[in-house]
Amino acid sequence: MEGEMKDLIILGAGPAGLGASIYASRYKIDHIIIGKEPGGYLNEIHRIENYLGFEAVSGIDLGAKMRAHVENLGVTLQQETATKIEKIEGGFSVITEKGTYQTKKLLYTVGTSPRRLDVPGEKEFFGKGVSYCSTCDGPFFRNKKVAIVGGGDSAAMAALMLAEYAESVVLIHRGSELTCMPIYLDSLLTNDKIKIEYSKSISKIEGENVVKKVILKDNDGIEDGLEMDGVFIEIGSIPNQKMLLELGAEVDEKGFIKTGPNQSTSVDGIYAAGDITTNSNGFRQVITAVAEGAVAAVEIFRKLKEK
Amino acid sequence: MALEFNDGNFEKEVLENEKPVLVDFWAPWCGPCQMMGPVIDEVATEIGDLAKVGKLNVDENQESAQKYGVMSIPTMIIFKGGKNVKQIVGAQSKETLLEELKKV
Repeated sequence: MEGEMKDLIILGAGPAGLGASIYASRYKIDHIIIGKEPGGYLNEIHRIENYLGFEAVSGIDLGAKMRAHVENLGVTLQQETATKIEKIEGGFSVITEKGTYQTKKLLYTVGTSPRRLDVPGEKEFFGKGVSYCSTCDGPFFRNKKVAIVGGGDSAAMAALMLAEYAESVVLIHRGSELTCMPIYLDSLLTNDKIKIEYSKSISKIEGENVVKKVILKDNDGIEDGLEMDGVFIEIGSIPNQKMLLELGAEVDEKGFIKTGPNQSTSVDGIYAAGDITTNSNGFRQVITAVAEGAVAAVEIFRKLKEK
Repeated sequence: MALEFNDGNFEKEVLENEKPVLVDFWAPWCGPCQMMGPVIDEVATEIGDLAKVGKLNVDENQESAQKYGVMSIPTMIIFKGGKNVKQIVGAQSKETLLEELKKV
């Protein structure tokens, strides 16, 4: 594989990268996908009910179907982690822990990482009650007391999923209203196990070997302790843009890669799609990631044909 | 290929082993664990005779997971002489795991 110049390397194997690959295959673009986790963030979604054609599907199952679709078209998915991208004559070189790959065009779809709360105890109790993945760790909290921090879709989904296992669920949101989709609100408000604490934040996580307590702080700075076994942090995400920043790509104030309507970045020959971009009006969904991947693939096809 | 550990063989294969043993605690419902699967296999191949490397499905083997306080997966624990000498939470690279195994 090494040494051979591809037309396209897709970095990232989530919905954006896999979606792009389907189109790239149909346009007969010679390409490979390099991604550490086939399915990407999809794998951490408990249940998806808004991807057309699937009334309800687990993220893992949808990711597996997407991967099979891509691989059935003959595309190789290299399960590797890229560490650096370098500009070379006529394209780019992608360096992974296993080797170096060369390509004329690059599509960057490596997504985001969970945002940290940045409070005392968070790091210390990571894996001992503090978690960023409710689908991974929820089942460990059967009949336990758990808190979820956040007020968006991920926090709402985590609260509803954890209510299936836990004894009680407290959703802690710093705002006075949740920002999740209205469809989740009804389920949250009618679930007896779920209590919502508005206008509060966690100032400290305490415990002994494992999490025992969270300290809540309200807007007036008044603190109150709550006995707790688990804390799930769902307060948004930060883009994994480091490798593109090194090449001088432009990002917005939050670090998301600035992309044009054709998914091009400010670096000639590099495109981006999915959760990491500023496109789709910042609406980071599976369907928008797949769509951005498709748009990028057709643009890359046009550009490859020009030369 | 990595070995398969379970509640039944844990004592003999892990705790009584003379070599360091790396155990990958995982479950089928955990996306990041699936990413670790092939990495653990590679660690097993590359470390050769220096250590034992295996996977334990926490869904089917809750006793071992509870005993070592696994509350987040993937978690990798390195055992030496029957003792937990290193516990690493979250997905890791092959290099990190090889390095940790060689250190103990």
